[in-house]
Amino acid sequence: MIGVTVVIVFCLAPFYWMVVSSFRRTSDIFDKSALPSPWSLENYTAVFDPDQGFLRSMANSLVVAGTTTALALVIATLTAYAMARLDFPFKRLVLTGIIATSMFPVVSIVVPLLKLFTDWDWINTYQAMVAPSLSFALPLAVWILTAFFRQIPIELEQAAMIDGCTQGQAFRRIVLPLAAPGVFTTAIITFVAAWNEFLIALSMTNDAAMQTAPVAISKFTGASQFETPFGSQMAAGVLVTIPLVVLVVVFQRRIVDGLTAGAVK
Amino acid sequence: MATVTYEKATRVYPGAERPAVDALHLEIACGEFLVLVGPSGCGKSTSLRMLAGLEDVDDGAIHIGDHDVTHLPPKDRDIAMVFQNYALYPHMSVADNMGFALKIAGVSKEERRRRVAEAAALLDLEPYLDRKPKALSGGQRQRVAMGRAIVREPRVFLMDEPLSNLDAKLRVQTRTQIAALQRRLAITTVYVTHDQVEAMTMGDRVAVMKDGKLQQCAAPRELYDRPANVFVAGFIGSPAMNLTEVAVDEDGARVAGTRVPLGRAAVRAIAAEGGSRATLGFRPESLEPVGSADGGFAVLVDVVEELGADAFCYGRLENGADVIAKVDARVPPRKGERLHFRIRPGETHLFSAKTGDRH
Repeated sequence: MIGVTVVIVFCLAPFYWMVVSSFRRTSDIFDKSALPSPWSLENYTAVFDPDQGFLRSMANSLVVAGTTTALALVIATLTAYAMARLDFPFKRLVLTGIIATSMFPVVSIVVPLLKLFTDWDWINTYQAMVAPSLSFALPLAVWILTAFFRQIPIELEQAAMIDGCTQGQAFRRIVLPLAAPGVFTTAIITFVAAWNEFLIALSMTNDAAMQTAPVAISKFTGASQFETPFGSQMAAGVLVTIPLVVLVVVFQRRIVDGLTAGAVK
Repeated sequence: MATVTYEKATRVYPGAERPAVDALHLEIACGEFLVLVGPSGCGKSTSLRMLAGLEDVDDGAIHIGDHDVTHLPPKDRDIAMVFQNYALYPHMSVADNMGFALKIAGVSKEERRRRVAEAAALLDLEPYLDRKPKALSGGQRQRVAMGRAIVREPRVFLMDEPLSNLDAKLRVQTRTQIAALQRRLAITTVYVTHDQVEAMTMGDRVAVMKDGKLQQCAAPRELYDRPANVFVAGFIGSPAMNLTEVAVDEDGARVAGTRVPLGRAAVRAIAAEGGSRATLGFRPESLEPVGSADGGFAVLVDVVEELGADAFCYGRLENGADVIAKVDARVPPRKGERLHFRIRPGETHLFSAKTGDRH
């Protein structure tokens, strides 16, 4: 219980402060009161100022994170299924190799990537952000999904095939529905990571119209150049978090434990 | 409904030295209930899975009816299978589980519902049609697995140890139900089990396998009365047949100093083989108690198992060989007692000491 309390307080305190700060007026942004007084929507109005291009950046984020998630799921599902079902030499080594690739620090490849994408004329394009995100999302996705596919008894597929399914039908009608919790978990993780990705998105865009939300927030300008727009950054932070929370809540309903219970024995 | 024919079907697992199933040759008649039985690792499940199309056939062929199905995928074989662990689809209701094959086959919704309802009535599953498999008991799950097979009305039923996950009492009950159901539907059935009681009670014929090879395929009675070799003799029957190495001459065999008359043909066969030794087999119930002076052999009683209707006495001959005898359950012998038995004439089995085959 204490552990849970500590974790909740530790995780939610910054978030709480973000929400509270977003409702303060710019003039009392440094107040330390637990609730803003007076409440103000000034920061939210500022965020939606067309000059900031915040809505456009949200749309960009949605495109980048959405595409990354969709592609990662398709590729990782097929890869993981092969990993779980096929027997080939050095399988463990391959799996370890896959997970190892996700451990490279992003910083170390930003400069080479920038050079590469410049040569390809990919700067200010969605693919310049999707491709790197995908390469970071895939290893973990494959790893998680492989574990899920392994839990599904192979007899279920065999039963489906005897019931008249092709291998493909057995996969789609039996295996995939049962691996759904894994697929949704992976979707959430991938989406959150791609949504919050900053370094690549910052480096690969110099056109404000192509910025993702995290980049746009970092470039918010205050009333004067000497003023950091903490208030509107906080408000934008809240707004950026909302889609994630919605996503998790929606998908969490699908993540029911023990979906394979009752299958065998 | 169809015949099933294994024509020297062979399966060799990659990297294995000997075949898992070695030139299995077996013809199963239309509507027959054939049981494949044997100890674990004997290739019985592999044989079944070869018929299902879940296992490759490396050599030989398998026919269902007139169709060569050797290399067809499972879906084109028109078979239904009950798995040992049932393999129910956990995300579907009982009705959907049973109707899944029909749905894949494109059967209309009404027709599907009608056939599922019919099978459910047959198996007492009507109250559970909307439940998910996890909300069912073991016996109910087993019945759903059966129902999934029945709804198909396939040409062949395959059952892979479908009762091994049930408790003893339910197993006996379900055993009878399956046998009765099969007779009623008259669909050719291949049933795999390691339990020889199941094999004997359910099968029209029983095929005994060992080390990938078919040992004998015969009706239960025949299998019991005339086992083809030492392995079948020892495997079929509970408690097992007494098997002991004996010296044989024209007068018969000598068991612990006592003469046991043998059939003339058997004695001649041993002589033709050029040996004087053979394996003599006799069932526990082939022994009858005699007085100590009447020419039986003496048995020192070690343990007496009383099962109510029967009692079995586990003892030793004077030469130290173990022997099991069925005795009168009303007056069972006591531990340490010394009894005399003789083998009822004509109830001996003689096997070659070299090949193990029946003489």
